[in-house]
Amino acid sequence: MAVEIQIKEDTVRAYLSGELDHHSAVGIREKIDESVMQSKPQQLILDFAMVTFMDSSGIGLVMGRFRLMQEMGGKVILQNLPAPIRKVMKLAGLDKLAEFL
Amino acid sequence: MKASNTMRLCFDSRSANESFARTAVAAFLCGLDPTVEELTDVKTAVSEAVTNCIVHGYREKIDKVYITANIYSDNRIVIKIKDKGCGIADVKKAMEPLFTTAPEEERAGLGFAVMESLMDKVKVFSQPGKGTTVTLEKQIVSKGEDYVHNSRS
Repeated sequence: MAVEIQIKEDTVRAYLSGELDHHSAVGIREKIDESVMQSKPQQLILDFAMVTFMDSSGIGLVMGRFRLMQEMGGKVILQNLPAPIRKVMKLAGLDKLAEFL
Repeated sequence: MKASNTMRLCFDSRSANESFARTAVAAFLCGLDPTVEELTDVKTAVSEAVTNCIVHGYREKIDKVYITANIYSDNRIVIKIKDKGCGIADVKKAMEPLFTTAPEEERAGLGFAVMESLMDKVKVFSQPGKGTTVTLEKQIVSKGEDYVHNSRS
């Protein structure tokens, strides 16, 4: 699992790739949070185009980032969700917390 | 009904093995010629159950996780995921959506909800101090049979 982060103006974009599970979520979370805490963006975009597997650890990751962005008055946008990942996200009701693109 | 194919796994409760466990079960399941969606559903449910053994059953201490999987001739797979960890005092409560005993780890508390939504049956047997066994069951609609069925109609 890898994450590539791009910071531009008031937006942090995190491009996730590989398998997102309990094992890989910790490192990804730390990298995203470091960028968010440094640049205090208005929006955090999580891109799932290259994510090949995700279990409920991914839900925890999104919920945690949602709380973090909410504290800073910003929002979370989920982008390019492959169908199986969208299914798990919706199951958790994340479409009510974050914007889906 | 007697199983037509069986397998057994035993591995260390290291988080790095979550990927190994779900991939191994998925490879075994391939004998039933599942659709990509069915394969992903089973992989996700196994990943949830194995993560529970590691995070909750053994509380990150290294011990053993056991998986047995049986395939039956009616295209059913039954997977048992077992730990000999702390067990669950109140299984009903543990299965409630959003309930978690590890919020600091950002566990969403949705593991059982995900398993129940992706599998046909989820059973939990647990004894405090002795461990937990989660049984997952799913009927696989074989692509081959589906094709034959569709071409007949």
